[in-house]
Amino acid sequence: MARLLPLVIFIVLVVFLAIGLTLDPREVPSPFIGKPAPAFTLSQVRDENQSLSVNDLQGRVSLINVWASWCVSCRQEHPVLLKLAKDKVLPIYGLNYKDERAAAKDWLARFGDPYTASAFDPDGKTGLDWGVYGVPETFVIDKHGVIRHKHTGPVTDQVLAEDILPLVARLQQEAGP
Amino acid sequence: MTVQRSASNVGYAVRTFRQMVRTAYPTLLILLLGVLAWPLWTSAAAMELRQFDDPAKQARYEALIKELRCLVCQNQALSDSDADLAQDLRDEVYRIIQSGKTDQEAVDFLVDRYGDFVLYRPPFNALTWLLWGGPLLLGLVGCGIVWRQWQRHRSATATPILSDADIQRLQQLRAQADRTDDHS
Repeated sequence: MARLLPLVIFIVLVVFLAIGLTLDPREVPSPFIGKPAPAFTLSQVRDENQSLSVNDLQGRVSLINVWASWCVSCRQEHPVLLKLAKDKVLPIYGLNYKDERAAAKDWLARFGDPYTASAFDPDGKTGLDWGVYGVPETFVIDKHGVIRHKHTGPVTDQVLAEDILPLVARLQQEAGP
Repeated sequence: MTVQRSASNVGYAVRTFRQMVRTAYPTLLILLLGVLAWPLWTSAAAMELRQFDDPAKQARYEALIKELRCLVCQNQALSDSDADLAQDLRDEVYRIIQSGKTDQEAVDFLVDRYGDFVLYRPPFNALTWLLWGGPLLLGLVGCGIVWRQWQRHRSATATPILSDADIQRLQQLRAQADRTDDHS
């Protein structure tokens, strides 16, 4: 038994390290899950005279996608969002984070606009209230305006199929306000 | 002979060491200066000029940003990080402290948004009990092992390897052996 001890310790270490390798330290659990989406009222990217407020999200399951024209990974997830918008599964709202209006408009014109509307947050104050720390980030909001899921990093087809869409389908079954 | 040789070996080693130091001197000097200048080039916050109406607030601010963790460069405190987000969060901490609120309110502001992750000293709860209790637990296990070994050692020495009768017989045998030696 005593001779086997080093081997046992080694195996335990390997198991723990293997688990550690599969964890992503960049995925910080959001304290907002299950809480009402933080309030904001901002002008829209496309039209500064129109505003978008968190109350506009009430009544339907929706996505809030934090994006910026300077964000490289946003371009990577963009086709996925465009396809999702075309399929009309749910409204996608944008939160344009620390960007310039002209650059943001130009970006949407060049790559396509999947957003029902994008809120313009040039100083990142709303982003801060939402606990944004790495763009892109995507929040799933239920019919009552409660945040139910957060994905940090680009939304891929796999993330959409495995995490987001099943949850959205479930939330759409829930009773509205 | 062997003593002399080892002495000359020592002399040789000292000479080589001196030579190495001489050639490496500029590198060592640069390294030393770099180490001395370390606080200057690690602390991004040191670059920022912030006006406080009270030196006590400044001290509190500086202590706080060392206790809070940057979410982008996760192994850096807010005080060390040059990331955009760290700057924003320092701004917020500054604003909160300057407006006369307590340290706890500043910490709560960040925890509300980013969770316990921002704290370098996470609270004791269902998720962190092993983190906090682990060292104590390991210490107790260590103490247990030491105690058990000590007990074993004591019981081993308490019962002598040779009984009194054995010792007597050994002495007889030795005496016998001495006698036979003398005869031969």
